Amino acid sequence: MSTLALDTADFGNVLQPASPKGKFRLPGVALIQTTHGLQRVMLLTGIVIVAIFLIVAICAPWLAPYGFAQIFQPQQAMSTTHPLGTTVGGFDVLSRIIYGARTAVEVILLAVALSIVVGVPLGVISGYLAGWLDRVLVLVMDALYAFPSLLMAIVVSIMINQGRSGGFTGILSAAVAITVIFVPQYFRVTRNATMAAKVEPYVDAARVAGAKSPRIMFGHILPNVSQSIPVLMTLNAAESILTLAGLGFLGFGIEPNSAAEWGYDLNKARSDIANGIWWTAVFPGAAIVLIVVGVTLIGESLNDVLNPLLRTRGGTTTADEQELVEVVETSEEASQTNEETSQEEDES
Amino acid sequence: MAQAVSSRMALARYLLLRFVLIIPTVFILVTVVFFFMRIIGDPITASLGGRLPPDEIWARKEAAGYNDPILVQYGRYLWGILHGDFGRTTDNQAVSTILINYGPATAELVFWGLIVALAVGIPLGRLAARKYNKGADIAIRSFAVLFYAAPVFFVALLLKLVFSIWLGWLPVSGRASPRIQTLLESGVQTNTHVYILNALQYGEWWVIQDVLLHAILPGLALGLLTAGVFIRLIRINLLQTMRADYVTAARARGVPEKKVVSKHAFRNALIPVVTVMGMEIALMLGGAILTETTFEWQGLGYWLSQYLLKRDFVAVQGITTAIAVLIAVASFLIDAINALVDPRVRY
Repeated sequence: MSTLALDTADFGNVLQPASPKGKFRLPGVALIQTTHGLQRVMLLTGIVIVAIFLIVAICAPWLAPYGFAQIFQPQQAMSTTHPLGTTVGGFDVLSRIIYGARTAVEVILLAVALSIVVGVPLGVISGYLAGWLDRVLVLVMDALYAFPSLLMAIVVSIMINQGRSGGFTGILSAAVAITVIFVPQYFRVTRNATMAAKVEPYVDAARVAGAKSPRIMFGHILPNVSQSIPVLMTLNAAESILTLAGLGFLGFGIEPNSAAEWGYDLNKARSDIANGIWWTAVFPGAAIVLIVVGVTLIGESLNDVLNPLLRTRGGTTTADEQELVEVVETSEEASQTNEETSQEEDES
Repeated sequence: MAQAVSSRMALARYLLLRFVLIIPTVFILVTVVFFFMRIIGDPITASLGGRLPPDEIWARKEAAGYNDPILVQYGRYLWGILHGDFGRTTDNQAVSTILINYGPATAELVFWGLIVALAVGIPLGRLAARKYNKGADIAIRSFAVLFYAAPVFFVALLLKLVFSIWLGWLPVSGRASPRIQTLLESGVQTNTHVYILNALQYGEWWVIQDVLLHAILPGLALGLLTAGVFIRLIRINLLQTMRADYVTAARARGVPEKKVVSKHAFRNALIPVVTVMGMEIALMLGGAILTETTFEWQGLGYWLSQYLLKRDFVAVQGITTAIAVLIAVASFLIDAINALVDPRVRY
């Protein structure tokens, strides 16, 4: 619901503050400037966490003490040679975590890119042409959206490689599996934005000037509806990490020798837990939690700043809620006096 | 009078329309799952390929009808589902039997999870709204984000580590101790497959206690995942309703603040929770797959992951389809409840 409700917000002003074409201002700076107080803290925390993960992902070969597929004596405790110990399969936990960041980033980028490439054009076409095509697409997308994402990811991963995966195909299949979950969301957002945009005068003008439908859709409407996508992207990035880990945990992700993946490591750590070996589970899990928190913080802040319609639905401080503070605070003061008076009444 | 009749008509029409909408939803999901799973190959080659000679596999495929054109197979599959036949697994078990035997276990887990989610989510959401932007609010919201961000199986593993392994308070896995499990499966008059109901039938406290103890950790893991959503929802809705005119009016009349929150604002803030619960069911079923796998809670999710590892895709397809039906029906029920409670929904 929360993501589908993004609908038809006008993000233009904040993302690209009225600058002429070609002169692109770094979107982050303008964004941070529009935040304040707790919200800015949340946004900055999120950005810092994500930045650290990106650096770790890029520099993995230099940061990791060993390779992700290198095998040592299994189930070693934490020591100077293996700072976070080794797994039941003999992998070095720290190295797996560091390389896992790389896998996660690869899958997220691929999944988000694929979902945009498929979902956004479909949404524009569906919203612009309307009619029966639109109805069928909406019905299909709604059905897909209602389905548990993990199950859909499993089905797709079976389709792509019968559940067996190595190297790049593993990453690709995880990304495609996640894509199928996200396409309905991008579809919904762009479709609704297109429905609103197609009655704008500039579309009529283009039509009068003799532009054909494809040109109107992708030349005129698409640039105007694409501003709603960044928010969805960050929200989806968080979900795709969780889906990837879920697939891995069920043994349906990426083979351990072709890439490090946190969900797979957690699956293998199940037997360790029973023996009281906690480091093989706690550290990869903490890595997942940290990156998802980071991405979620960015997503929520973006959501609040860029989408005034959602302000009352999100969970963070907004100008709208600032008003509420006053209401609530004054009412609390009032309530205290009220309670006092009611107590007095009770006593008398 | 006339108004009441037309309102009832509107309700009936809404419910009927909503009910009819189940059909295309289920149809689309069944179709998508069927074609996705059959594009590459057939389930027999997938599970036995390489282990049996090719002509043996061909014979088995022929017997199971996998050599027919895909559309014929699709028609047969749809026809079967209409009759409650979801196919047979490679070890020749009817998928529908699996659904009947283990579906209730999943329902039980989701029920415990829902109880935890409501018990944690509603009071905390309410507290966060009342302490708006104070320490408690910020702490509760951080808690909500944290539990949203933590994969359910990681939370489950941590709970298991702390409460079962380190402290030794709670059982490590399963739905009941082995001895009690046989008692529950065969020692009761009507086997509902829902252990708590069976235990209540049996009527001995130590049996009920065993079932409850086994349910605590899985219920917590699944419930905390959902609680985060409820906290945010209640908090934001309560904040919104606190602004409503009728709340201000109540305050102006001098109604004590506690009463304003509990009687005037809180109840109305609960309405959207019912709506969202419909959508949370999909999330909870997804979470249940992972929770069951972690705790070896033998429900649909646990068996789904087992069949996945065995590459038995008929079973996977059957369970997946059944879950699709379940979700469509559940979301219809939730919408119906919503329409009964809130007249605005009907139009």
